[in-house]
Amino acid sequence: MPQIRLTTPLTDDVVEKLRIGQRVLLNGVLYTGRDAAHKKMVELLDRGEELPIPVKGQVIYYVGPSPAKPGRVIGSAGPTTSGRMDPYAPRLIALGLKGMIGKGKRSPEVIKAMKQYKAVYFAAVGGAAALLARAIKSCRVVAYPELGPEAIHELVVEDFPVIVVNDILGADLYEEGVKIYAGR
Amino acid sequence: MRVIDTATITATVAELCQKANYELGEDVLVAFKQALDTEISLTGKDILQQLLENARIAREEAVPMCQDTGFAVVFLEMGQEVAITGGDLYDAVNEGVRRGYLEGYLRKSIVDHPLLRRNTGDNTPAVIHTRIVPGDKLKIIVAPKGGGSENMSGLRMLKPAEGVEGVRKFVLEQVKAAGPNPCPPIVVGVGIGGTFEKAALLAKEALLRPLGQPSPDPEIARLEKELLEAINNLGIGPQGLGGRTTALAVHIEVFPCHIASLPVAVNINCHASRHKEAIL
Repeated sequence: MPQIRLTTPLTDDVVEKLRIGQRVLLNGVLYTGRDAAHKKMVELLDRGEELPIPVKGQVIYYVGPSPAKPGRVIGSAGPTTSGRMDPYAPRLIALGLKGMIGKGKRSPEVIKAMKQYKAVYFAAVGGAAALLARAIKSCRVVAYPELGPEAIHELVVEDFPVIVVNDILGADLYEEGVKIYAGR
Repeated sequence: MRVIDTATITATVAELCQKANYELGEDVLVAFKQALDTEISLTGKDILQQLLENARIAREEAVPMCQDTGFAVVFLEMGQEVAITGGDLYDAVNEGVRRGYLEGYLRKSIVDHPLLRRNTGDNTPAVIHTRIVPGDKLKIIVAPKGGGSENMSGLRMLKPAEGVEGVRKFVLEQVKAAGPNPCPPIVVGVGIGGTFEKAALLAKEALLRPLGQPSPDPEIARLEKELLEAINNLGIGPQGLGGRTTALAVHIEVFPCHIASLPVAVNINCHASRHKEAIL
């Protein structure tokens, strides 16, 4: 299948063209974040303070890697269930977040925010964590080290494989894909 | 009496924790390959290929196949002629989990209290199920269970009148509601009968059966086959992105139950259907 190679940060004109089902190879910086880091970021926003990472144009990867073996950049690093970040994601999308990587369905609120502010949601293959780790070339903690695997890490990736699941038109591959193959 | 020292148990559990996370079973690999032949979605095929490649890398490099290295669920089948020396049996198992996860670079995913939620830092405690059996051996099975698929599991106390139709409906509802979250292709463990907690344990035990091995009860084997077809007809597919491979297997375990009850439990496992065992 054809693949589209993209480099972060993403701009509106790139994001606008992405459609559900497209295979994308991501390059550049990704930021990691799970529930705990999202909760802290939204609390900062509520207090009117600065976020510890730039959000505009960026992509957040929902992952809590396993510990790196000696001599390795990172441990196994596949996506976690995105739904747990749904209560927080619209706030970050409104600030210019352009992409999220995870697995599983997003809430109507997140899908609405993606349409309104032009952002996309990518799925990486859940459980293909040893394979995905190979695309991660560097990793450093940039915020909340006390959260361990849930700290915010800055990853530099090369050809990190993802699939577009929600685009700026509000389409959802989880809905459309299942319709195609149900009952056949 | 045969004597087994707790130090042996600890070392065995530590090794099983690592092997279970690094080496996907041959039965699962065979199921992936069969699914590759039958899957009609190109995205689905591509995902199955990634899973095969992932399993190869994990095994060769001794790294976890998934970053969620699970809750350590440990089954002990202890011969009634075995005596344990050197300390508390459950302490020995937990020490094995601690050592296995720390030394194996496995993720520590357990919090000390369901509401206060502080990470215990070493993936302990394990969930331990013990069964006393005839003989002088100790069988240890370690089945690391990921959170994403465990969260999609459920139990319902059906009315006996709902019968097999009720069971079928509940299992399908559960898998459909789970959609992409438990990382399909999944393995579906079903426990029918017993009491509330017995049904849940049966469903968990059903996940330990090798894929491709039907229930010895022909009626139940037929139900397993029917349910597998019905689940794959849902179209959920690999990772829930659409396709014909939603489940690799449906395993059902049954137990006698009360005249008033029909408990049904569904325990979903992700494609990383991990468990390793040793006999001491």
